[in-house]
Formats: sequence, C-alpha cells, structure tokens
Amino acid sequence: MNKITIEPVTRVEGHGKVTIHMDDNLNIAQTRLHIVEFRGFERFVQGRPYWEAPVLVQRLCGICPVSHHLAAAKALDVIVGAGTGDGLTPAGEKMRRLMHYGQMFQSHALHFFHLASPDLLLGYDSDPALRNVIGVAMKYPDLAVQGVMMRKFGQEIIAATAGKKIHGTGAIPGGINKNLSIEERDRFLHGADPLNIEKMIEWSLSALELFKGYHKANQSFVDNFAVFPSNHLSLVRKDGALDLYHGVLRAVDKDGKKILNDVEYQDYYKYINEEVKSWSYMKFPFLTSIGKKDGWYTVGPLARLNTCDFIPTPLAQKAFEEYKAYTGGKPNNMSLHMHWARLIETIHAAEMIKQLLNDTDLQSTDLVTKGTKQSQGVGIIEAPRGTLFHHYAINENDQITMANLIVSTTNNNESMNRAVNDVANKMMTGQKVITEGMKNAVEIAIRAYDPCLSCATHSLGKMPLDITMYDSNNNEIDHYKS
Amino acid sequence: MKILVYGYGNPGRQDDALGIRLAENIEKWIADENIPGVDVDFNYQLNIEDSERISPFDIVIFADASIEVIDDFIFTKVNADEATIEFTMHAVSPAFVLDLCKKLYGKTPETFLMHIKGYEWEFIEELTEEARLNLVKATDFVKEKIKTLQAQKT
Repeated sequence: MNKITIEPVTRVEGHGKVTIHMDDNLNIAQTRLHIVEFRGFERFVQGRPYWEAPVLVQRLCGICPVSHHLAAAKALDVIVGAGTGDGLTPAGEKMRRLMHYGQMFQSHALHFFHLASPDLLLGYDSDPALRNVIGVAMKYPDLAVQGVMMRKFGQEIIAATAGKKIHGTGAIPGGINKNLSIEERDRFLHGADPLNIEKMIEWSLSALELFKGYHKANQSFVDNFAVFPSNHLSLVRKDGALDLYHGVLRAVDKDGKKILNDVEYQDYYKYINEEVKSWSYMKFPFLTSIGKKDGWYTVGPLARLNTCDFIPTPLAQKAFEEYKAYTGGKPNNMSLHMHWARLIETIHAAEMIKQLLNDTDLQSTDLVTKGTKQSQGVGIIEAPRGTLFHHYAINENDQITMANLIVSTTNNNESMNRAVNDVANKMMTGQKVITEGMKNAVEIAIRAYDPCLSCATHSLGKMPLDITMYDSNNNEIDHYKS
Repeated sequence: MKILVYGYGNPGRQDDALGIRLAENIEKWIADENIPGVDVDFNYQLNIEDSERISPFDIVIFADASIEVIDDFIFTKVNADEATIEFTMHAVSPAFVLDLCKKLYGKTPETFLMHIKGYEWEFIEELTEEARLNLVKATDFVKEKIKTLQAQKT
C-alpha cells in the first residue's frame, strides 16, 4: 500500500498529520487525520478550586481563549446555583454575549481575510509564497486593511468585556465582574472610521459579496470540493433561532431530519459519546442513539446554518434565506460553503454587537446571580469553530474532581477525515508525485473547518507542513515540505 | 523616537510566559524611572492586526520564549523579507507582522526580536528557575538597548 503523509501545525496549535494510503494501483485505500501529541488538561484542573476554571482554561491556547472562558463560566453558573443559562442578570448575560460576539466577529474575520481570501482571490494553485494575506495586501490592499481592522475591532470588544487581552477575568461563576461604560459603548458605536460598528457591518456585507462573486465564477469547484453527507449538530435557541451563546442541542441528518430534538444540554452525556481510536489522540464523538459508525456529526458555521430555522437579525436573515434557497432548504454538505455560512454569521455577529451596544442593561450594576450550590455543571457554547462542551464536578471542599471538555475541532474530527478523503480521491488517485495543488487542496479541506489542534490535543507544539508519499511497502517516493 | 516593546506568549504555560514577563519588567522600569517614548504591549500571539499596532513606532522590540538550542537569549534584527507562512495561520511571526505593516501602511519600523530560552511548557504560572535567570539577563539587555537607541537619537 502506498502512503502520503501531511504534517500540519504551528507553534501554538499542537501536532497533527494526514496520511493517505494508496493501493498497488494508486487508488486511495484509506485517509486519516492523526493527532499525535497529548497533554492532559482535564487532569490538570482536578483539585483546583472551581472558581479558577474560567481563567485556568485559557491556558489551553491563545487562539480561542474567550470561548473556553465562557463555556467554563456557563458550567460554573450551574454549580453556583445561577441556573442553566437563563438565571443570570440581564447585564450578566448581555455582557457575556457581547464578549462572545466580539470573539466570533474577529475570529471569522481572521479566517476569511487571512486564511480563505488568499485562495479565493489569488487562486488555489497560485505561488504559495504569495498565497497568503501578504499576497492579498500586495494586490488588494484595501481588502487586507479591512481584515486587519475587523480583527482589531473584535479584539477591542473582547478587551472591554473580558477586562484585559490576556487571561481575561470578565466572566465569573454566576455572572460578570464589570459592565460597559458609556465611554466604551460610544467608542464602539460612534468611533472614528473605520473602528465603529456601522463600518463593521458594511465590511461584513461586502465580504459576503466577495465570496458570492467568487462562487458565481467558480461554481463547479466550490460545489464539488470535499462534499460528503453528514449529520450536523449545534445549539439552537428554543424557538429554533440561531443562537451562538445559549440554547438547546439539536442535530439533523443529511436530509434535514431531526435526530437530536432540542434537548437540554445538561444531559449531553446521555446523547453524545466519544470513541477512542488507536491511531489518533483526538477522540471521535458520535450520537449514542445512532452509534459509532453513522452517528458522527459536523459542527461549526455549516452545521449551525443547517440546524437553525432562522437568524434573528435582519441582514443575516436575508443572507440566510438566499443561502438556504441554494440547496432547496435541505442541509448543505459542501465543505467550501463553510465560508459562505461563516460570512453570514459574521454579519449576524456584527448586528448582535450593535443591538447589544444599544441596550442600556449593559450599564447596569446588577452583575451576579447567587443560588444554591450544585455538585456539577455543564456549559456549552457555539465557539467560532463549533460546539464546545465543558463539564465539571466538584467536591464538598469546592475542588474540581472531574472535568470533561469536548472541543469544536474534536467534534469535527470525522468530518475533517471525510473531507480529506474526498479531496484525496478526486486529486491524488493515480498520482505518484505530490504537486503544490494537491498539497494545498488537502490543506484547504482541513482549513475549511478552521481547526485548532491545540484545543483538541491540549498540547503545545511546533511543526511545518509536511507531505510524504510512500509506496506499497512504506518506502518514501515523494516528499513535500512547506 | 517612539519605541514599542511587545511581549507575547501564554502566561499560563510556564516558560511560554517569558516574552510577557519581559514586557512587564520593561513596563515597570519605564514607570519607575520615568523613561519617555517607550510603550509596552502584550498578547498571546502575534496576528495581522499587529501590523497596524506597530505602524506608528520607530523601533519595535518583540519578545518571545524560545525552544531553540541557545544559551540564554538571542537578540536579532527582524527583516520583512524573511516572513514565513504557516499552515493554519492563527498566529504569525514578527517578520510577517513587519512585512504586512510595510505593505499596508507603508511603514517599516526598525524591528528586533528578543528570543529568551525556555525549558518547560506545562500548565503552570511560574517560570522555571533557569528561565527566570535568562529573563533577568534579557531584561537588562533590553534596558541597555533602549538607552543606547535613545542616546543615538539625541
């Protein structure tokens, strides 16, 4: 059997690689995304006082600390008796939402302008030395500046709500530790161009138009790249609306049939299980009722727009209707449409930020809810990359005795494997040499899910992107290193 | 002359905090000794918006922990034409930030990287003893460098 190996990672994102096994006729026999480092964060937090968790979890990585901060805080809301999502004060919940939508906005902007736009604007098979945001900056400087400033705006929302840029302390068990000052609010609402919410909404809409223009010109490629039937899972608001901060768990199958019907997430462990496979440290979650083989699911922007019934902000809803019409209302299983979905969510996040900034509850000083302590709690949030689970149990001394985290990238484990498999079958069958186009195609398939391997493996590592092709005897016949 | 000292890393991951700690030391020093013209910033990692952040400065000193085989620290010049591209790009290098600053804002501040040797990367707030000693040396070096740069200007 021939084998191709791809090893991706960056300094802060752990260690992963892709192997593509080929048979003697150079047909794809098997593809796998391996995660090969592991450090036990769940074990590390055991014995620590529970109230430290929202800050401790930010040690996982510096890429999505806000999502971990908020998911942990939501779990601890339950433990301190502040309810399961609906018990916070209006200021407590809305400040957290503002923090979360700021995080979503900046993360999605980074992904689109920094990761996706080089492929879209410069071409998937263009010079890899230029196929990045610097290449975009040279050819489309105004667009690159938009990406930079959208990131900056979102980061400033986070700093204003979390208290500081590193190891934010804003969310605490039962609420929040600060409100939003009038000065902070006015800066975001009416700041000098471009750092104000109206400009952010305008740029979000133009980014969507950019993608739609690309899609129109490259419809066959976009619609046929890494396509496979999948289940989809996310939180939705109880009325079926898209809600990135709180809701009930819903899953639909490839045809849109509900296979997890709006269940309370405190009981997530009754519905979701995790399979361990010998070749990867990253687990494979699945819906227990369907089983390991067919119960896997996709999370993230594509999944969220497949599970929700509508988006509760007008501009994003209008874009959502056009998006849904493209598949006749059926679930969308096209991996590159993840970009389309992500940009609709970017518009929604910007609209939500505007709505929240105009809400006077953010200036309230009633920030924390107290109640009767519970022995365990679950917090789930829709992180930029998908559904994020935090589950903690404590003892009578307020020490954490159990922690279980299922992060977005882990939830997408099987989906990323399937995406790689689809691309490998279409582009590498019959090949003995790894071309730049092949390598980038595999990268694009994985990147569409915006994986964060640091969260998934709870590790710290450094690694370039390697591809190695092996013959049927595991001898190396080609090697590609970025 | 405007100088920015920018430390990055995860302070919850033991010696990965070295860049942050150096920036904190410089922040305390400029406050205690009333050093003018020096600004300090911190973050988990560098990203594209830092191209705008560094654009108003004449001198930028990035500080980061290093896993490379070095003695205690290395202070090097950063060149925009040495920018490298990584797989998922959730974080970027100092050279990448400088290159982006040059292309988007037409500015090329003289940029340096202080790489401080680290040893352990566990979920611990405190530095290892060896890293702490390296931090002292690196901090002293950066203080002297800032004094020299400011003296050259005057």
